[in-house]
Amino acid sequence: MGGNVGITASLNPGAETASILESPMVEIDHLSLYYGEKLALKDVSMSIPKHRVTAYIGPSGCGKSTLLRCINRMNDLVDGVRIQGTIRIGGTDIYDRSVDVTELRKRVGMVFQKSNPFPKSIFENVAYGPRILGLQSRSDLEGIVERSLRGAALWDEVSDRLHESALGLSGGQQQRLCIARAIAVEPDVLLMDEPCSALDPIATARIEELMLDLKNSYTIVIVTHNMQQAARVSDYTGFMLLGELVEFGVTRDLFTNPRDKRTEDYITGRFG
Amino acid sequence: MSGRFGKTWRGGEPFIWLTGGALALALLLVAGLIGLILYNGLGFFWPRSVVRLTLADGTSMTGQVVEREPVPGSVGEYRIKLKVANRDLYGADFQWVDEVKVARRDYPPEIAVIERTEWGLLIGRLSEMREGDAVVAKGPEAALAELRKRVPEAARLRREIRGIETGEIGAINHEQEALRLRAKGLERKGVTAGPELAAIERELASLHSRYKTQETRLAALRAQQGASVVVTADGGKEKALPLSQVLDVYFPNAMGTPAKAWHYVTRLWEFVADEPRESNTEGGVFPAIFGTVMMVVIMSILVTPLGVLAAFYLREYAKQGPFVSAVRIAVNNLAGVPSIVFGVFGVGFFIYFVGGSIDRLFYADALPTPTYGTGGILWASLTLALLTVPVVIVATEEGLAAIPRGVREASLALSATKLETTLRVVLPAVMPSILTGLILAMARAAGEVAPLMITGVVKLAPSLPIDGFWPFLHLDRKFMHLGFHIYDVGFQSPNVDAARPMVFATTLLLLSIVVLLNLFAIATRNHLRRKYATSAV
Repeated sequence: MGGNVGITASLNPGAETASILESPMVEIDHLSLYYGEKLALKDVSMSIPKHRVTAYIGPSGCGKSTLLRCINRMNDLVDGVRIQGTIRIGGTDIYDRSVDVTELRKRVGMVFQKSNPFPKSIFENVAYGPRILGLQSRSDLEGIVERSLRGAALWDEVSDRLHESALGLSGGQQQRLCIARAIAVEPDVLLMDEPCSALDPIATARIEELMLDLKNSYTIVIVTHNMQQAARVSDYTGFMLLGELVEFGVTRDLFTNPRDKRTEDYITGRFG
Repeated sequence: MSGRFGKTWRGGEPFIWLTGGALALALLLVAGLIGLILYNGLGFFWPRSVVRLTLADGTSMTGQVVEREPVPGSVGEYRIKLKVANRDLYGADFQWVDEVKVARRDYPPEIAVIERTEWGLLIGRLSEMREGDAVVAKGPEAALAELRKRVPEAARLRREIRGIETGEIGAINHEQEALRLRAKGLERKGVTAGPELAAIERELASLHSRYKTQETRLAALRAQQGASVVVTADGGKEKALPLSQVLDVYFPNAMGTPAKAWHYVTRLWEFVADEPRESNTEGGVFPAIFGTVMMVVIMSILVTPLGVLAAFYLREYAKQGPFVSAVRIAVNNLAGVPSIVFGVFGVGFFIYFVGGSIDRLFYADALPTPTYGTGGILWASLTLALLTVPVVIVATEEGLAAIPRGVREASLALSATKLETTLRVVLPAVMPSILTGLILAMARAAGEVAPLMITGVVKLAPSLPIDGFWPFLHLDRKFMHLGFHIYDVGFQSPNVDAARPMVFATTLLLLSIVVLLNLFAIATRNHLRRKYATSAV
């Protein structure tokens, strides 16, 4: 898939989408999702470029978290979910029957809205993923833990108390620990579901800084309530409304020159 | 007036007093109960002074004052209850004496209190020592000196005889029973003669000769037990007490506080570590302690996995709906079913059906004597496990419900399967709740008596469920239990008055064991809580 520099424009007749001149990591193609009878995502198509930060914005309940959770199939856990369309990561349809969900989740890591460290030590939290993948050697694990914690800019703060409970950390530290835990298995894609919504501005700033670092190695998809945050950290932004992807494009274009009236209303605060 | 009251009422002050008062009353009741048990239970072992009452008519009575109460019908008059002991001489342990009739009280230091293996205490004056019919020492001092010299030897002999009876002869009986079963098994197969049967015969003969040797040893030892001590009691009655029956001799009126305290400690130790005597009214309660603890341990081993697995299915795997809710309500209500109902179920299902089947399949040679088809510690523990399983299920389920959804999702998002998530994240986090359930279950099980009475508890078990004969752990055996012991000693013993202090002491012990088991479990839980504290964020 490397070297694909052509135009990968999503041809979604319902939404105006930007042409993205980069190699795609995740391709979402005519995706619809139902909770029982209720339509939660309406024919969404987009491609998420590699090693970039892509943000979803939109009012509460617009389906941006649902869309995010489709990418690592976390919606499978919900009763009565039905999905149409395809999502391809690196060319493979992840909803294909032959796909092993655990294999998929190894490639697509996730950080949640509420920091959710395991009630274990800091070390064990980060080593959890590698252990699940069958890594046993203590020295290998120590290497991974250190690398991941450094990657999440947490190492200097916790290196002397790796074996203390993760629950003793502050909210911001816990969220960075969750990021370290997610990158410990070296995924291709990192999904972040409103990772800063429970944090103070300083902790938020640190995580945003971290995202800019991480995008060199990972493809990041972030859901956020906060339009300033999307403007600050993301390269591409999608605006969602009532389950529909209204507009998707380069962040600066979307914020300065929205093509859709609804997008304009939302980002200028006239709505939502 | 009503305005002022209304204001006070709305201010909440009276309600605070009401709630505080209710709590104080509850605490007072509990404190009173524990105080009563402590006083009566711990007071039992303190050596009491022996008083000699000389009555107006010249007769004298010697004994320990047990209680004093007003004479019914006459104002200002009291009577005292005197434990005169010497049941074999007087026929009764206790006498009531009206205080008006008492002319003189004194505390003669030479009065001896003798604890013996039969008939309760003996209270009186030592008068002589005999060896067979010959007098070896005459007069209180000489008799005492001789007695002191000989008591350790007599105790050693008694222990040796007991050792031979339970050890060597017990082993012979055990082997003989095994041989008998082998012979019976052959007989069932239709073998009536042949080398196997001959071998059994030979082994039986060798056992018999071994038994003869032990019998001669016993006879020789018993021949050394000819000594006896003669004690004179009130009314000139004499008792020649064989030395083999003497456990302890002491002079309470001549003892100082340190001596009494030492005596107290030894009696307390004897109570905890010895076997019961005289249909449980004397001696210790060790087999009952052992039985209680062992039953609770077996019950815990059975109930924990069962309850935890059931709770995991209910909360983690079952599709939540009306059926699961109905199951949950049924489980909760099961905890309220009277325990005797579980006992009846235990008898009908475990003992008769399961135990009977085991006997027919594996112990057919022993039939018609049942092995597992009768009450035993395994069935009693299983019945209690069934009784307490709702407690464990409910506690575990609540623990599972309290684990944040995010923690599970985090594990799944890290490519763990549901099973891996359950084992690595959910189970450790729910451990404290499981232990809480286990604590409640143990507290309930240790105090339960009714279902045990029909599933395997006996007044006096001949042997402990663990001993030196293969397979060492005998789950089919009947056992003793402190709760049943209290009932038996307090209400079923031939001499309820004499046994009453024993009831309090046993109650105290049962309470202490329950508290100890709970403290152990709580300490473990707190340790785990610290280790796996769940997120409070």
